[in-house]
Amino acid sequence: MLNEISFYLLAALTVACAVAAMALRRLVHCALCAAAAFAGLALIYLQLDAEFVGFAQLLVYVGAIAILIVFAVLLTRGEEAAPGGRQSSPSWISGVGIAVLLLAGLLLPILASPSLQHGAPPAPVPSVKRIGEELMTRYVLPLEMVGVLLTAALLGAVVIALREPSDGNLPGNSPAQQRAKTGEAMNL
Amino acid sequence: MMNPPLSHYLLLSALLFSIGFAGAVARRGAILVLIGIELMLNAANLNFIAFWRFGANPQALTGVMFVLFSIAIAAAEVAVGLALVIAIYRQRKTTRLDAMDSLKG
Repeated sequence: MLNEISFYLLAALTVACAVAAMALRRLVHCALCAAAAFAGLALIYLQLDAEFVGFAQLLVYVGAIAILIVFAVLLTRGEEAAPGGRQSSPSWISGVGIAVLLLAGLLLPILASPSLQHGAPPAPVPSVKRIGEELMTRYVLPLEMVGVLLTAALLGAVVIALREPSDGNLPGNSPAQQRAKTGEAMNL
Repeated sequence: MMNPPLSHYLLLSALLFSIGFAGAVARRGAILVLIGIELMLNAANLNFIAFWRFGANPQALTGVMFVLFSIAIAAAEVAVGLALVIAIYRQRKTTRLDAMDSLKG
């Protein structure tokens, strides 16, 4: 009973935060609401007896990704100050309509299927030790590949974000943009 | 200890996926589109965990492993995506997706 109440509370909180993250106007508010939604999902993982995944979600999403998004918002601020800028794309009504259709297409089979209505089996209690053993034996090759991928992503992110502003002389650059670039270089 | 049935977890996941999709296609800012994609990834992760927990063989830990790798991939994706957003902002002074139309004929 307690489990059910906690699940519905967490689900309502997560959905509300997700809606706020997608609907609010200020980017910082959106980023913070997204972090709250990620935290709610981590708590739902904990409630589903997946402790390790729950804490990994807390560490990676709330700890790292949300901070990264907030940093990106702070580094790209300035366009929000422009008045009268609409936040949604011109065809947002059709986008939301497609999303509603998608939701209906997902909900109908879920609600119609009788095999999804059963309760949970007894808790499997996966220890962190078991997860570590599996990672080191059966999943050792994917683990190594993830290490390579994360290294490549780290190097790629640094290379992309720290590119010298003067080497990309595109033909379409206006003098104002060039001045902005040199100003940026001096700021760096 | 009574858990809610599996379908409720799937309903929550479908809701989150649709919200993320609506945000990804309806908003203009590149950062918000990235947040929407993250929400969709999280909805898929919730499906993996729910099916693992309610499945016939939870001892195999397949869903947990899949979600762990998926979280790692999502971290790499966000790092590279935000670096791209910052690089574009440095050049174009905007993160609006409809302002990035250099390739339009």
